[in-house]
Amino acid sequence: MVKKILAEIRVLTDKKPVSVMEVCGTHTVAVYRSGIAGLLPKNLRLISGPGCPVCVTSESDLYRFFTLSRKKGVIVTTFGDLLRVPARLRQGYGGQSGETSLEKERAKGADVRIVYSPMDALTVAEKNPGKNVVFLGIGFETTVPAIAGAVLEAKRKNLKNFFLLSALKTIPAAMEALLNFPKVRIDGYLCPGHVSIIIGSRPYRFITEKYHRPAVITGFQPEDILEGLLLILRQLKRGKPKVEIQYRAAVRPEGNEIAQKLIRRVFTDGPASWRGLGLIPKTGLKLKAEFQRFDGQKKFKLPEGETIKSNPACRCGEVITGAITPENCRQFRRKCTPENPLGPCMVSAEGTCAAHYKYNK
Amino acid sequence: MCLAVIGKIIEIRKPVEPDAFPQGLVEVFGIKRTISFGLLPSAAKDDYVLIHAGFAIQKLEPKDAKKTLKLLKANNG
Repeated sequence: MVKKILAEIRVLTDKKPVSVMEVCGTHTVAVYRSGIAGLLPKNLRLISGPGCPVCVTSESDLYRFFTLSRKKGVIVTTFGDLLRVPARLRQGYGGQSGETSLEKERAKGADVRIVYSPMDALTVAEKNPGKNVVFLGIGFETTVPAIAGAVLEAKRKNLKNFFLLSALKTIPAAMEALLNFPKVRIDGYLCPGHVSIIIGSRPYRFITEKYHRPAVITGFQPEDILEGLLLILRQLKRGKPKVEIQYRAAVRPEGNEIAQKLIRRVFTDGPASWRGLGLIPKTGLKLKAEFQRFDGQKKFKLPEGETIKSNPACRCGEVITGAITPENCRQFRRKCTPENPLGPCMVSAEGTCAAHYKYNK
Repeated sequence: MCLAVIGKIIEIRKPVEPDAFPQGLVEVFGIKRTISFGLLPSAAKDDYVLIHAGFAIQKLEPKDAKKTLKLLKANNG
């Protein structure tokens, strides 16, 4: 099966170079772990996109998280991925400057706890009535419904000490921003599988209708990814781009409508700040008026829009947008390794730099 | 971070209060876990589901679930 797909891929990428972006971090890992990248013809280039939530979390949002973790009486709850993401603080920040991370803040006394589900953060709040428990909201549409569910549950339970600090993002408008990004050429998109379980195939229509590029929602096995690429190449050949679902086992065109309703019940659109892409309108999610009392930003009056410098040697912002590959960064494998990451793309298990470090030798 | 794992439903409990999310027990690679079915109320005992951040997000056909689990075991084995 794989051989047959590869043979057709080779035929279809005969002459003209084609660049396909895999948006999702889990796809990136699968591409390098399975060795797919090495099997493809040279003219078919895979570009890793902005689909790792930790990697696209902006420095200004990290600054809010660090500021929060230093507040007295606060327990910070977060997915583990975020813990080691470093950022450099400006002079005078809390009397200190230099590089920090939530892990380092924890070593200095901050109460930072890893949870597996946002619902676990509610349990922490119930067990610690004298403390304010804040969940750091990072993630895309796959994760947002679970967080919306936790907020609704907090309301139902009338919890007074649970808060959400939202840096949540939605993917399709970021994909559109990338299509207008001068440094990258994208001939087609491998659309994220698990985000699409929630949103379905409709939100990608602009890619085919407005930009005339193929968009294929793809699963995570090596065979799925190869088939997704083949479907893109066939569409390019025919000159009739459309949104296709390769990941038929899990994705329906309409998505998970209950999850979509839950998102709309709790959140409203707002701008979001993306590492590497900047501020993109309508790609962020903030709590609706009805849920304001759970808004960690309002409660703790954290510094908004503060820009802190990440390590100037770190080029994660360019890696995320596909402008460069990790190998183009001078620090990659030298000063920047999984043990001593300079930026989020090397920290996160699904970051492009980490995937290249581990599997693309 | 958008990783999802496959679990088989062992039981779904009735919600403790009428407006609470239904919860239930799933088995993921031999480990039992409590998850929420608030996003997938149609799920039933013995169904295979994709789980993300403590919530079932999608049902899978048993043949698709078994195929993926077999591949995952082969890759990690």
